[in-house]
Amino acid sequence: MPDLSALNGGEASLASHDVDAVFIIPAIPSSLGNFFIPLLIGARDVAFPRLNLFSYWIFLAGIAVTLFSLLQPIDTGWTFYTPYSAQSSAAVTTLCLGLFLVGMSSILTGLNFIVTIHTMRAPGMNWYRMPLFIWAMYATSVIQVLSTPVIGITFILLAAERLFGVGFFDPAKGGDPLLFQHFFWFYSHPVVYVMILPAMGIISEVAPVFSRKPIFGYRAIAYSALAIAFIGFLVWGHHMFVSGMSTVAGVIFSFLTFFVAVPTGIKIFNWIATLYRGSITLDSPMLYALTFIFLFIIGGLTGLFLGSLATDVHVHDTYFLVAHFHYTMMGGTVMGLFAGLHYWYPKVTGRMLNENWAKNAWWLIVTGFNVTFFPMFILGMQGMPRRYAEYPAKYQPLNVVATVGSWFLAVGILIMFANFIRSLRNGAPAPANPWRGLTLEWSIPSPPETENFTEIPTVTDWPYSYGKKTRHDRGK
Amino acid sequence: MSAYKNYLIVWATLLVLTAITVGVSLLNLGLWNAGVALGIASVKAALVALYFMHLRHEIKLVLGFALFPLLILALIIIGTLTDTLYR
Amino acid sequence: MASKHKAHKGAPVSARLGIWAFLATELLLFGGLFTVYAVFRLSYPDLFHVQHLKLNRIMGALNTVLLLTSSLSMAIGIAAIRQGRQRILKIALAVTLALAAGFLCIKYFEWSEDFGHGLYPASNLFFGLYFMMTGLHGLHVLFGMLVMVWLLLRAQRGEFSADYNTPVEITGLYWHFVDLVWIYLFPLLYLIG
Repeated sequence: MPDLSALNGGEASLASHDVDAVFIIPAIPSSLGNFFIPLLIGARDVAFPRLNLFSYWIFLAGIAVTLFSLLQPIDTGWTFYTPYSAQSSAAVTTLCLGLFLVGMSSILTGLNFIVTIHTMRAPGMNWYRMPLFIWAMYATSVIQVLSTPVIGITFILLAAERLFGVGFFDPAKGGDPLLFQHFFWFYSHPVVYVMILPAMGIISEVAPVFSRKPIFGYRAIAYSALAIAFIGFLVWGHHMFVSGMSTVAGVIFSFLTFFVAVPTGIKIFNWIATLYRGSITLDSPMLYALTFIFLFIIGGLTGLFLGSLATDVHVHDTYFLVAHFHYTMMGGTVMGLFAGLHYWYPKVTGRMLNENWAKNAWWLIVTGFNVTFFPMFILGMQGMPRRYAEYPAKYQPLNVVATVGSWFLAVGILIMFANFIRSLRNGAPAPANPWRGLTLEWSIPSPPETENFTEIPTVTDWPYSYGKKTRHDRGK
Repeated sequence: MSAYKNYLIVWATLLVLTAITVGVSLLNLGLWNAGVALGIASVKAALVALYFMHLRHEIKLVLGFALFPLLILALIIIGTLTDTLYR
Repeated sequence: MASKHKAHKGAPVSARLGIWAFLATELLLFGGLFTVYAVFRLSYPDLFHVQHLKLNRIMGALNTVLLLTSSLSMAIGIAAIRQGRQRILKIALAVTLALAAGFLCIKYFEWSEDFGHGLYPASNLFFGLYFMMTGLHGLHVLFGMLVMVWLLLRAQRGEFSADYNTPVEITGLYWHFVDLVWIYLFPLLYLIG
């Protein structure tokens, strides 16, 4: 018999890890966007600065309430599936309030970004002269604005179920627990694209700069970001294949899910075509960007296994899914974010990173990541289920491999952050444009002054004319 | 003022439509009751959006902002119904 | 573009885009409830039919008239301030506020009557929906009233004019949206439940 108390503890800490990861990670694109959207479109600030501040305070309040509710271990898992979450004695109602506030903040931020991108672009910057990161942030914001309200009403209904006994999700009262799952995934599926799209935007910036080549397929990359956002709204049912959903819906959602792969594939092909015959320098941002492409291909392709109805029945809720999720979210989102951190660190702090330590950390992170998560594909195929604290002895060896890998990963991330902190003081002062980039943030000093631009620039070209005569050269 | 006059006409039309929809609901038309009621509601909604909310004079971008969410709303309703109706 | 701005003579594009994007989120917030309605209405048509007869159609219709009229006064107020007529704006805002208060009063009597008959959110799925939908809508009415009080105070200080009336206009758009939601709630709950 497994030790039940240990099991509960593990479950609760896993749930908090998930709650934090999935509901709070959208804050990362928000902070990136607040700093870089105005910079990259040549504006002094976002369209509604006061709303922005308001959204920030709501976010802090929401986080405070959420953390408060997590003081008592939450035993519903991060998905809060009904009917259990409607009866659980954990602080689900408080958690609903906290996440509702975080959601409101996320909505207001997304709204602000959308309007900023529409109305605040520098003179001359039409849609096809925008950096691709901005296209990605636009698609991200659209998802935030249109999907978050649905999770908002879901939290309200769950709270109403607990407080007033409304029975929408309670089978005993004629309600339908699957309805909760529909609502939940209508938000929670698109929101993984909220995490991945900004990372994709970063790759689209980093790849051309470090290949010294114009981005290949600008419009294809731009529109595929919007396509991913839109198709993201059509596929939520693929999380519910084994939940008792109707077969008709299963077939439809499975079919639609494959379409997500199309714009994603378009992006990957275009990045690779950008690299083709470029004069590539392997600085740390580029290393992470290449890692992103490599890992995300694995993550994306294994997603197709999970999206096809029959295969999913076999690998659902196994470590295969855990591996897939971490290859997309950690191999994808987090690596893309690391690329962005290394790329923009000089701009944000005014200091250069120690490149040697950045590369050492990169080796550890990439090795550690793959050693940790690749065995999980195999474990999942062999049938090891997720969310259990114990497993049969035959899964032991690969689990040990994964554990050792996680040590490498942890040390690598520690070194990376140590480098960030150390370089704040000891790094060499950063020039305005250390990577010879053409987007607008590189045309002003590092770090930028309070209002970004002393004089709003006029844009006459797209920002990807690398390896050709550029507007800067032409001017000289 | 012509602007005020337009608003008054729209308002009067809205009230007439309300009266009609209440009247129709007293008849038993079977399935058509729901259809007629939602149809009338949509006409009323369109009047409010076009006149009171000025969508009639809006630029295309704002129109897009107003209409696109309706598509997403349709998606969640239809997607959920493909499950619950065929279970 | 410039000519369009003149023709509109209202809030700047950014404010209009912002409020419409906000209304989009409101639409999808209520959209969750509309989805619940669609699912259960199709699963339990008889329950909905029997239960909806317990609602007071007259009160519902009266409330519809009140809200439609409040939309009219709001629209008139905006048209007035675009021409710089501050007095008409103040009267229009006050009338809108009064009608909104009337709406909530009637709602209060309806709910009390329901409670008196032993009908609560937990009673059955139809009344669960009825209370959630009208409750969420009522909260929106209440919030709208608070904003209008604030507008009225600012109007009293003469802050709005033909050149600057953005807060009035976007509050108006919000208010009409609250009206739009009710235009659907009324038939869904009272007439074809």
